[in-house]
Amino acid sequence: MNLEIKKMGDTLLVKIFGDFDLELADHCRREIDRNYEKEAVKNILFDLTGISFIDSSGLGVILGRYRKVKENEGNVVIASGDSRIIKLLNLSGITRLIPVYPNTAQALKYLAGKVM
Amino acid sequence: MKAINHIKLEFPSIAGNVRLARVTVAAFASELDYDVSVLEEIKVAVSEAVTNAIVHGYQKDPQGIVTLTASLYDSNLEIVVEDRGKGIDNLDQALEPGEGTDPERMGLGFVFMRTFMDELEVTSEPDLGTKVIMRKKLPSEVKAKWFNEN
Repeated sequence: MNLEIKKMGDTLLVKIFGDFDLELADHCRREIDRNYEKEAVKNILFDLTGISFIDSSGLGVILGRYRKVKENEGNVVIASGDSRIIKLLNLSGITRLIPVYPNTAQALKYLAGKVM
Repeated sequence: MKAINHIKLEFPSIAGNVRLARVTVAAFASELDYDVSVLEEIKVAVSEAVTNAIVHGYQKDPQGIVTLTASLYDSNLEIVVEDRGKGIDNLDQALEPGEGTDPERMGLGFVFMRTFMDELEVTSEPDLGTKVIMRKKLPSEVKAKWFNEN
């Protein structure tokens, strides 16, 4: 099991484990989209604290979901404290669009602040 | 020039093999005393080249065969990823940051390959396939070790 999806208020908590590459990307894209619609939430929190690798396939899933959430006037936030992962988030330009916090507690705090 | 050491891997165009490819190259490269952070970057570059072969070259058709070689030369590690898939129509455009036929991958693949490796060469022929050659300079201390042994 490389993917855990939970609803918390208006936010979908998406925790991904292991290597976030092509093999996991299609599955994640499908499951996140399905749950985002089913749960009728606004925001997505990507918890990347459990991943050991990410490449453009994984980053593409995050960016694609960001576009959908923005269309729905929601917010996306990432939790990751791994410098290797953050370097790739930076290089991809994702950090210019999506804030990154070292853990989920701080990421949730950011989303809560957005609501107030 | 003859390679001092090399490996060759052939595998069907399925997503699970992206990991196999990068882990195999990382094992080969780890013999060459690269820093862990450099090994991680080589893994990303391999992942991108193999993902392109599977997603763009073969459109995820598992009948397609991807060929990967990693070779140790006297001053660099050379990684070649080759497919006999549909090729890239407009190579110059594909190599531009932000291009790519899959909007979700943002054309990032080539950006990462170029950023993390010292050299990147891509050749492609429509309907014949694509060949990606990437080179990474060796850490200086590794040269003596391999040349003394070989």
